Amino acid sequence: MAALPSYHGWYVALWIVVPMVLFIALWSVVGPHLVSQHVLASPAAADLPAFGFKRESMLAEARAVAMGTAPGVFNAEARALIEPYREAIGRYQAIGIVVTLILGFLGGVWAFLRIKPDFAARTRVERTIMVILLLASLVAILTTLGIFASLVFETIRFFGMVNPIDFLFGTHWGPDPMSSADNPDPSRYGAIPLFWGTIYIGAIIAMIVAIPLGLMSAIYLTQYARPSVRAWVKPALEILAGVPTVVYGYFAALTVAPAIRDLALAAGMSNPSSESALAAGLVMGVMIIPFVSSMADDSIAAVPQAMRDGSLAMGATTSETIRRVLVPAALPGIVAGVMLAISRAIGETMIVVMAASTAANLSANPLEAMTTVTVQIVAMLTGEGSFDHPATLSAFALGFVLFLVTLGLNFIALRVVKRFREAYE
Amino acid sequence: MVTVIHPNLDDTEAKMNARDVSVFYGDKMAIDNVSIEIPTKYVTAFIGPSGCGKSTFLRTLNRMNDTIPSARVDGEILLDGEDIYRSKMDVVQLRARVGMVFQKPNPFPKSIYENIAYGPRIHGLAEGKQELDAIVETSLQRAGLWNEVKDRLEDSGTALSGGQQQRLCIARAIAVDPEVILMDEPCSALDPIATAKIEELIDELNGRYAIVIVTHSMQQAARVSQRTAFFHLGKMVEYGRTSDIFTNPLEERTKDYITGRYG
Repeated sequence: MAALPSYHGWYVALWIVVPMVLFIALWSVVGPHLVSQHVLASPAAADLPAFGFKRESMLAEARAVAMGTAPGVFNAEARALIEPYREAIGRYQAIGIVVTLILGFLGGVWAFLRIKPDFAARTRVERTIMVILLLASLVAILTTLGIFASLVFETIRFFGMVNPIDFLFGTHWGPDPMSSADNPDPSRYGAIPLFWGTIYIGAIIAMIVAIPLGLMSAIYLTQYARPSVRAWVKPALEILAGVPTVVYGYFAALTVAPAIRDLALAAGMSNPSSESALAAGLVMGVMIIPFVSSMADDSIAAVPQAMRDGSLAMGATTSETIRRVLVPAALPGIVAGVMLAISRAIGETMIVVMAASTAANLSANPLEAMTTVTVQIVAMLTGEGSFDHPATLSAFALGFVLFLVTLGLNFIALRVVKRFREAYE
Repeated sequence: MVTVIHPNLDDTEAKMNARDVSVFYGDKMAIDNVSIEIPTKYVTAFIGPSGCGKSTFLRTLNRMNDTIPSARVDGEILLDGEDIYRSKMDVVQLRARVGMVFQKPNPFPKSIYENIAYGPRIHGLAEGKQELDAIVETSLQRAGLWNEVKDRLEDSGTALSGGQQQRLCIARAIAVDPEVILMDEPCSALDPIATAKIEELIDELNGRYAIVIVTHSMQQAARVSQRTAFFHLGKMVEYGRTSDIFTNPLEERTKDYITGRYG
């Protein structure tokens, strides 16, 4: 026998299940179209308006009632459509079930007839499993491509209304969703204050907090901590990475921001802002610490013990060894960790939505209110403008820029890490 | 069992003196009551089968075992009459006086120049760039590497060949002007030609520094050393002139080992 009996069993099972699943997937896409075609061809549909919003809503209502997800229709005219819908849905459902069963049966028969002692069922099952796993991993990649495509599409629409130059280099941000959509004022779509706010909060203030603290905790954990301490501190740091960012947002908005405001008052500032870049940046920095420290931890631990021994044997102290040998040797990995952390920080939304403001200020004063790209994306998408208004579409352009920047940072970071690994393996 | 010491050792000045040294890893005894004098002007070789404790003992001589948390050392080890395990001893000073070369070449991922300058910098041995340049040049010359690298001192030390890397590590150890150099199987990762160069170098350094070398190769011990200690199962079995140990061993186990009956 070319394979164990169970492989022959699996082979038949796959031939039954896979065609059925594929057909169900196909039918759930094609079926509704067939249903609506059937309904539109029915005499009741002759009274429908030729096109427009009302036609769509009547069809949708009748359909919902026919499927039992809505209690009754809002438009009386739609009532006539319920029966054709009910009939069509019932018919195509029945066709779907019958075809599925027939396919499963035919698949099973075909596979069963092929089973012979010398039939290589095992290699075929293995190959099928490989294909299924490949499809699973393709889902993530295809989703990324899909996101990218949809962003590009809407971004191009936006750039048709507002010149990219005005968008990328303008210094005033204040889209008005209530203005006329046909003739947007390009001087209100300058994204520089947003880019600046994002970089200032995510890449400057947060990193001033996260890099030294993350690096020092990594050094402590790899070089000084006894195993019992390490066993306790490292998971604690990792838990920090698992705290939902909205919780950090509360902390920033309710605790840190008022404290900073009080400090500013005590220092003699008149009327400081209650929403400061500093508060958002500090809390974001704390959130990022585990990213920096775990990457730094890995790369310091990857420096060979021989390097450390060599330095100690020269009479260097532990801290000299860390400063002059371990950290320089681990630097590429540490830099990569910092870049990943920055890309995480500039894409972070909840903390800044809750703690930073929506006022687009171009300022270097950390106590000033500032806004970021992500905050404005939220503000524009949840704003009052209609969907095809440039103010709403600007969210896609902002998202597109953010996507490109973080993608670039991640790409560079992964390249650096890879080269670093090669150097020591 | 007591160590057999050959009686005909001439009176040489002892640089280091280990008395009743035992080393423990946790509860496990790795070195059992070893006493030995390391002469100032000779090369001393430690030989013995794998796991006999010769490397462990070597690492006690500059307290490199301190980096292993569970390691404990009993007895006393004197360097010029001072106990290196007494609490006042500065490990940094000790390791500047007792340098070490490891089994696998371990240059730092820095330039050749910076590798040599590392020790003098941390110990503050050079005032100004010129003195440092001079130390780098002398050290590389003594390690027989100067002619090969003088035109590319800024290249990375890790870009050199294995044998060159090991000589770089020896030069790095020499740069802080130590009194003793410990070598832990310095040729085990090298090809025969590179090994020959290192052995030649050890010959040249002999007399200027007290050298202790751990080796698996009995031929190497016979070629480079004047004193040999044979270790077995954590004990020092026999110690004497290299020529005596290899031609006229007094202990049965030593004889078995050097004739290749085991190990």
